[in-house]
Amino acid sequence: MWDAFGFEFVNFYFIPGLVLGCIYALGAIGITLTFGILRFANFAHGEIMMSGAYLTWTIMAILGAAGLALHPLVALIPASVLVIVLFLATDRFFYKPFRKADTIKVVMASFGMMLIIRSAVQVIWGPNQITFVPGIAKPNPTLQALTGDIGMMILMPNKHIWIFAGTIVLVVALGYLLNRTRIGKAMRAVSDSPDLAHVTGINVDMVIRATWIVGGICATAAGVFLVMDTQMLETTMGFRMLLPMFAAAILGGIGKPYGAVFGGLVIGLAEELSAYPWIGDAPLLSPGYKTGVAFAIMVIMLIVRPQGLFKGRSF
Amino acid sequence: MEAYTGYFLYILSLLTVGGIYAIFALGLNVQWGFAGLFNAGIVGFAAVGAYTYALLTTAESPFHIGGFGLPLPVGMAVAMAMSALIAGIIGLICIRLRSDYLAIATIGIGEIIKLILKNETDITNGPRGINKIPRAWEHFSEERFYTSWPMSWFGTPENWEAFFDGLPNWYWQPLFAGTIVLVVFIIYKMLERARLSPWGRMMTAIRENEPASRAAGKDVTRRRIEAFVIGAAIMGLGGALFAQHLRLIEPTNTFDPSKVTFLVWVMLIAGGSGNNKGAILGAYLIWTIWSASELLISGGIALISSTFDTLDPSILATRAGFLRMMLIGILMQVILQRYPGGILPEVRPASPKATKTTAGPTGD
Repeated sequence: MWDAFGFEFVNFYFIPGLVLGCIYALGAIGITLTFGILRFANFAHGEIMMSGAYLTWTIMAILGAAGLALHPLVALIPASVLVIVLFLATDRFFYKPFRKADTIKVVMASFGMMLIIRSAVQVIWGPNQITFVPGIAKPNPTLQALTGDIGMMILMPNKHIWIFAGTIVLVVALGYLLNRTRIGKAMRAVSDSPDLAHVTGINVDMVIRATWIVGGICATAAGVFLVMDTQMLETTMGFRMLLPMFAAAILGGIGKPYGAVFGGLVIGLAEELSAYPWIGDAPLLSPGYKTGVAFAIMVIMLIVRPQGLFKGRSF
Repeated sequence: MEAYTGYFLYILSLLTVGGIYAIFALGLNVQWGFAGLFNAGIVGFAAVGAYTYALLTTAESPFHIGGFGLPLPVGMAVAMAMSALIAGIIGLICIRLRSDYLAIATIGIGEIIKLILKNETDITNGPRGINKIPRAWEHFSEERFYTSWPMSWFGTPENWEAFFDGLPNWYWQPLFAGTIVLVVFIIYKMLERARLSPWGRMMTAIRENEPASRAAGKDVTRRRIEAFVIGAAIMGLGGALFAQHLRLIEPTNTFDPSKVTFLVWVMLIAGGSGNNKGAILGAYLIWTIWSASELLISGGIALISSTFDTLDPSILATRAGFLRMMLIGILMQVILQRYPGGILPEVRPASPKATKTTAGPTGD
């Protein structure tokens, strides 16, 4: 059973799908929170992710030249601080002037931001691909031996284990923030009903700042996990992530962080599993169309259930 | 004399490309300016128009499907129809929802269209693209056109060959530029007519106050889909002309979202959304800035690299291109915040029955 079907399926389709799903999930958290709390679709989110990955690479390169080899997950922390600053600055200068205006104006501003950030990254780091961590990632030998003994060999490189661990830590921390802390509860309140939250004396500006901080941390993590997985930095990766992340946020329900996590995992798995040879030997769907899967799921959701699986907002 | 010809041709090329962008901007103006629909996938509709036109009008080719060799106007008409069809399907799904969703869906459809064009290599020749696309007026000097009707009625192939040899090799440029300016003018006239008609006033009403117009018995969803489809058809025509101008199209670099979608948005916002004259003005203005800044930057790079010979001019040149994009982005943000009405703010159409002949501008 394992040899005939499971080995290939789990190692080459299911685990990569989950990894991709984790990345989408972290990106979608930021999108769903901004959509829920600030009420606009932030098109610049993918580019922020991308710039977070570039900043992490730069920090690693600078400290590496000074003789201090950092793990990407460590370099992620100072990078995410910079990304938060970037997020707060874009909010202050480009989104805040439109807060009272028609929401579509902010969407346009974020659309412009998307290009400004991408061009800035291209000006600073150049348009070519950069190798993030060189070398071929070997499967973790301990896990391989352990699972091989019970007849279900799992090949998982260390980078995937780090990605899973990082995602779980961040999602648990997010759950704690939203359910146990005062600011998290305020965030949920604003997401549910901004007017009511305002009347009860919640400091909306504070909540907005918290949203950008949470979104910034998750976006940097998503960007770094993505380049850890592909081992490659390129300036178009943020834009490529954008559509699946929106699909994940819509699937899970706008304004529902856990919905976004679930949606991200579903979209990631669906993209990878669509290339599995379910019928016959050929891939069910040519791998070139992976992005199309996310789009198809999104369109079906918009037709059937625009509020998402977990009863998010639908505008 | 030679130098003057050079300047003349440069101005003609500004008129041509600026005109193509003006067509895109007019299409976007129907969607955004009239109906308030945020289309972030202009590039997709342009690509559909360009590829439809290219496949229908090129000579038979082993690299892609067909090469049907149809007359050019047929190609352009079908390009419009295809683009409109896709817009109709998207519209039916997303127009009921808030405009953010339409923006996401259009950005998605733009990417999916490019994905299909890249992956279906049997039909579109994939990333290698389609070349030898016939360009209006220039195509008369191609053998397959002057040997077939209606041109063969007026002269033998030898006569035609001698005739085209006698013309300067840029003979088609003024004609092509003139055609594009004419197309822009016709679309402008039609859209002005639409804007001042009851249909246009209804559009403004729906955009400004949807519940009120719904209460007044207007079919909001239907009107919005109409605006979206008409805008997309115009963009499809723009795409067909874009393909004629380039003569070689491929999915990735030709239809770069930042160079098509984004530039068109900046043009419309700068010129004044909701104002057809503004859309045309914005397109020509931004295109002239864009194209002139290229000359300026290359001059600057030559200066810098002659002063600091350690810098590699080719690296500077690629980076400078992105810097230009960034500055255009910042320009858009400034216009959005400071001058939301654009250069020519919208003037709302007044009903002929109204006593006041003009309504106030709605820039702010």
